[in-house]
Amino acid sequence: MSENALRHTGRAPRRTARARGRTARRSPMAAPRSFLWTRRIFLTLLTTFVLLPVFVMVSSSLKPLEDVSGKFRWIPSGITFRPYLDIWETVPLADYFVNSIVVAGAATVFSVVVAIFAAYGVSRYDFRGKRVFTVTVLSTQMFPGILFLLPLFLIYVNIGNATGIALFGSREGLVLTYLTFSLPFSIWMLTGYFDSIPRELDEAAKVDGCGPVKALFRVIVPAASPGIIAVAVYAFMTAWGEVLFASVMTNDTTRTLAVGLQGYATQNDVYWNQVMAASLVVSVPVVVGFLLLQRYLVAGLTAGAVK
Amino acid sequence: MTRTAVAPEREPAVRKAAPGGAPAPRRSGRRRIALPYLLLLPALLLELLVHLVPMLMGIGMSFKELTQFYIRDWSAAPWAGLDNFAVSIDFDAPVGQALLKSFLTTCLFTVLSVALCWFLGTAAAIFLQEEFRGRGFLRTLFLVPYALPVYTAVITWAFMFQRDNGLINHVLHDQLGIGDSPAFWLIGDNSFWALLVVSVWKGWPFAFLTVMAGLQNIPRDMYEAASLDGAGVLQQIRHITLPSLRPVNQILVLVLFLWTFNDFNTPFVLFGEAAPEAADLISLHIYQSSFQTWNFGTGSAMSVLLLLFLLVVTGVYLLLTTRGRKTSDV
Amino acid sequence: MRRIRAAVTGAVTLSLAFTATACGGGESGEATPKTLTYWATNQGSSLEVDKKVLQPELDRFEEETGIKVKLEVIPWSDLLNRILTATTSGQGPDVLNIGNTWSASLQSTGALLPFDAKNFEAIGGKDRFVDSALGSTGVAGKDPAAVPLYSMAYALYYNKQMFKDAGIAKPPTTWEEVAAAGKKLSKDGKWGIGVEGSNLSNNIHQVFVLAKQHGADFFTADGKADFTSDGAVAAVKQYVDLMATQKIVAPGNAEYAQNQSLSDFAKDRTGMVLWQTPSQTFASQGMAPEEWGVAPAPVPAGKPGQGKQTNSMVAGINMAVFKNTKNLDGALKFVKFMTSDEEQILLNKAYGSVPPVKGAQKDPVFADPALDVIRDTLATSAAALPQVPEESQFETVVGTAVKELFADAAAGRPVTTESVRAKLEKAQQQMPKK
Repeated sequence: MSENALRHTGRAPRRTARARGRTARRSPMAAPRSFLWTRRIFLTLLTTFVLLPVFVMVSSSLKPLEDVSGKFRWIPSGITFRPYLDIWETVPLADYFVNSIVVAGAATVFSVVVAIFAAYGVSRYDFRGKRVFTVTVLSTQMFPGILFLLPLFLIYVNIGNATGIALFGSREGLVLTYLTFSLPFSIWMLTGYFDSIPRELDEAAKVDGCGPVKALFRVIVPAASPGIIAVAVYAFMTAWGEVLFASVMTNDTTRTLAVGLQGYATQNDVYWNQVMAASLVVSVPVVVGFLLLQRYLVAGLTAGAVK
Repeated sequence: MTRTAVAPEREPAVRKAAPGGAPAPRRSGRRRIALPYLLLLPALLLELLVHLVPMLMGIGMSFKELTQFYIRDWSAAPWAGLDNFAVSIDFDAPVGQALLKSFLTTCLFTVLSVALCWFLGTAAAIFLQEEFRGRGFLRTLFLVPYALPVYTAVITWAFMFQRDNGLINHVLHDQLGIGDSPAFWLIGDNSFWALLVVSVWKGWPFAFLTVMAGLQNIPRDMYEAASLDGAGVLQQIRHITLPSLRPVNQILVLVLFLWTFNDFNTPFVLFGEAAPEAADLISLHIYQSSFQTWNFGTGSAMSVLLLLFLLVVTGVYLLLTTRGRKTSDV
Repeated sequence: MRRIRAAVTGAVTLSLAFTATACGGGESGEATPKTLTYWATNQGSSLEVDKKVLQPELDRFEEETGIKVKLEVIPWSDLLNRILTATTSGQGPDVLNIGNTWSASLQSTGALLPFDAKNFEAIGGKDRFVDSALGSTGVAGKDPAAVPLYSMAYALYYNKQMFKDAGIAKPPTTWEEVAAAGKKLSKDGKWGIGVEGSNLSNNIHQVFVLAKQHGADFFTADGKADFTSDGAVAAVKQYVDLMATQKIVAPGNAEYAQNQSLSDFAKDRTGMVLWQTPSQTFASQGMAPEEWGVAPAPVPAGKPGQGKQTNSMVAGINMAVFKNTKNLDGALKFVKFMTSDEEQILLNKAYGSVPPVKGAQKDPVFADPALDVIRDTLATSAAALPQVPEESQFETVVGTAVKELFADAAAGRPVTTESVRAKLEKAQQQMPKK
């Protein structure tokens, strides 16, 4: 992991020479000792805070059920990999995982694309109704989501009856819902990122003969790629973790992980060790995905400006 | 492409100088007017379908007596006028009292949670700005809470917060010997702090991610110039980093605020169907007042009140932050 | 320029194109007469176990009738919301399982098919079912909104070894004996009896029975909420006092909501639990059947005494037909199939419950001491929870009140008649005005 970071910086100087807005990767002035110590202490505490539940998850997933439903112990009485086998039997985890990936993935792609267009419009143009648009979009985030549930369900059912398009119980309906959930914040955040990109960049592109949409994709999108990645991650996680809508808008063939994982808490028993094991198994691909995205997250403006 | 660095915070001034964005005299007027609307159209259509129309229906519901006897056919539900609102804000009766208490709890919770999330996220992003051994590892690690499904993250904390079998009490009581008897975290007054810890744990990586992305846009030359002027690390943070982050922060704080205020998943998974009074957040409270008592009229009325409150807060916030930004630019 | 327009149009049509791809993804669309959708409740140790139990039976039904049943096992956490959205939109299953205590509440929405004489005829007659189970299928005097499928009742489960170690010769039959046994058991980190203080339904079941024993009810005869009668207050106080004054319940139980009390029991940490058919859970927690005993749930000392006095609610699962079904005939056939003697024996055996169908009850597989207790309780001393439309609200508000009282008791705050009454008063004011 740190190797990855090193490799990355190793490549960086080549770009630095011409890059306009080089990121501040290394402080020009040697940081004072006090700063280093503060950083060390702060990061240690924060790491502990972050890792504590992760540790609990990992250790609990390796304990037999009797251990996890008894008093907490740092060192398990015995280690077992049973939970990692049992998770596939208790609930159809693989199906849920595929559903979640498909739904969250599609929602993210659509949401980001739609948000890029909208944010570009808001950031680069003045037009009548702009304030109304932005405030209206934002106001949707102020109404408790749970109250959307019944009306939305009604709308979907009516669309289904009128057109034969099944929006409830299907992945598509969930994708549509989730992409809209993340849209308002995505538009606002992207507008913020776009605003912070100097206008000379896209105007220069236009002078070079690019139209506004081409300028958007040639110049702004690459320059704002860290922001876009951040927004995409947000959109993905919104869809990935949502519980309530998924619980009523899916059936057992389209159920997502967020809901499906609750299957380990059954009428009879809470299979804590299996919950933890399943959570770890499904989270690994997401964490790896984050890891891969990281380089783009820091490459960002540099890459865009060099082009 | 050789170009002089333009500091982000000077950007609004640039915008003012070039109103209408793209000065493209060659284009026909109509197209230039239509383009921004076309750009917004997909977003608008989606928002209409999934958010705005249901929201309007929700507002309509708040004027109806929408109990279990009528949910099968909403049009048959009798109009209730302002009754639902009257019940919600009658602070002498239990329903209104409970709503008020829940509202105040939510306000306090949101302020604390947002402040902590923002502080941790920003501090971590700044500390990880420079290269050092293990930076890449930490950067990934810090996103782990965000990568876990909400259910997983919260249920793990619930597992840790158990009174008799949880890790928290094992450490606090058994190993450090704090308190005469192990404390309750999932019921009673402490549940507020338990909820706060979970919320911050789950929420701060988002702030971290956003700020980290924002930091990438700060030109390095600015730091170089500052350090030539003899500015220390703290001054650089104060005079370069934080001001440059303003546009990002303005949105981030607002987003975190709205997000936390309306958060349903966290308390719902942590406490189940009935939250303890000390941690009775408004979203869960409204859920109880609508789904569990099958009275969607009252639930909607509470939601409408909430909407009004948040609109006012957001309006004031945007007004203050935008104006602050402008004056600081001058 | 053309490219710009193309790009913009592309963006505009994005959502449309996207909805177009949504075609054909739906599952629960139109029900052709040859298929049924069935929502089952989670009865076994996991959703997958339920599917394994039910699917062969559904296959057999298809062989017999040619009707294919699409099964979905719905987790309890989602069931009520799923039913609510189905009710609101009219898009639901054809046949579904419901918790029997919800019968009256769901009946009042009008979403469920009433079992009138004709419909009962179609499934083989009303008199095939046990009376007590029929008592929990809807408001009295109205056609039932559902028919019983699985029955359960509360009983007292005790840990034989712990009883022996504490020198308790026989299981308690009265609350006084429970208290005495609890005192003997509660020492060295072990406790007398377990409760699920944060589980609203369980709280309701327990205080409902206690209220009956105090001669009180939570609703008046004409269906008005009446939570603050002396009997109701005494009942709630008696239940919370197990922890507050008698101190035979571990304070930690106040936060239990996920059957942790069963795991405590299986691990020899508590000597008794009041529960409905927990044998599967005991087994999965590693407790062998011979390690625990079962006795009828306790009653107050004196008349009318054990066997006559109410000591359990009628617990169980009902089966209902969604009124919007496009295949009423098939749905009724399916209900008839599931309530047939043969299926009843098979399913109730698999789930450890008692058949609510008289013919099936007699089968020798149910001749088991643990099930005898439950069957006798159901036959003689179980009462149905209030069959009023506001039942689910009642569970929420009174269940929450009891939860808060347990939290007080656990924190060492006094639980008095006044504090109990105040909590119940508050609960009552949250009920919808009539």
